[in-house]
Amino acid sequence: MSRFVVQVLITPRPGLLDPQGSAIHHALQQLDFPEVSTVRAGKALYLDVEASSPDQAEARVREMSKKLLANPVTEDFQVHVEDADVTTAAGGGK
Amino acid sequence: MKAAVITFPGSNCDYDCFHALRDQVGADVGYVWHREQEVGDVDLVVLPGGFSYGDYLRPGAIARFSPIMESVVAHARRGGAVLGICNGFQILCEVGLLPGALLRNESLRFVSRHVWLRVENARTIYTSRYNKADLLRIHLAHGDGKYHADPETLARLEGDDRIVFRYVNRDGTVGPGSNPNGSAHNIAGIVNEAGNVLGMMPHPERAVDPVLGSEHGLPLFLSLSENLSTAGAA
Repeated sequence: MSRFVVQVLITPRPGLLDPQGSAIHHALQQLDFPEVSTVRAGKALYLDVEASSPDQAEARVREMSKKLLANPVTEDFQVHVEDADVTTAAGGGK
Repeated sequence: MKAAVITFPGSNCDYDCFHALRDQVGADVGYVWHREQEVGDVDLVVLPGGFSYGDYLRPGAIARFSPIMESVVAHARRGGAVLGICNGFQILCEVGLLPGALLRNESLRFVSRHVWLRVENARTIYTSRYNKADLLRIHLAHGDGKYHADPETLARLEGDDRIVFRYVNRDGTVGPGSNPNGSAHNIAGIVNEAGNVLGMMPHPERAVDPVLGSEHGLPLFLSLSENLSTAGAA
């Protein structure tokens, strides 16, 4: 087994009004960043996960996201396996 | 009527619900801690308001997996009455007993004030003591109360008369200024298809006594007491 850092990005579904994103966008315009056309505000979670492979880590975190981390009615999520720590595997034996 | 008020870590309206049920309508009511497995032999389960699990992740998202919830869902599926108020409404949506979700208020601010509700459906077990179009002055306090559902769900809720309470102005009209949180269709409370599960953001339990500034929530508890006092109305 290896350890992975898995990032889950949760964002409001397209078409859903995102008042937080709008407020940030408004502030950016006031600060003279007119090149920004939209801002969507979500959240990022970082999970330390033990798994046999990056694929397995991703599959498990997808399951977690569907069950708990994101609300399918209002949110989309993306899962990225960020960092594979291979030291455990290289140690052999365990 | 026998009732159970579920207490989660972070519930803060559990005593208000207990008071409304026991002292105002004479129900046989007890608290059930969220780690319990069984709601017991009751007619009504109340999921009270508050901030279960600190509203972490999303309001209701973690409470929905509390051990007691399996029994609450089973009670609802058997046709038992489940009333979710505020955080309770959020939990009911998260657990799938009611459709849709409660999002951050459109203003991004916590709203705590009295609002006016219009009774849209007086033929539920929760509203039989009201008349359709009655106007109720009820307190509301939440940061995440904007009801959201996809257009098909909203159409179904409208078509099946499942919107029980709507936010209105003092004159009973839906219009500018009537919607405290940006809820779709001014929805303040809905029932499930069978009509035994009600979720609402405003707090009827805070309007059961003149000393609280309003008694407009009392008929809701009286309706339940009348309709659920089966088995000899002991």
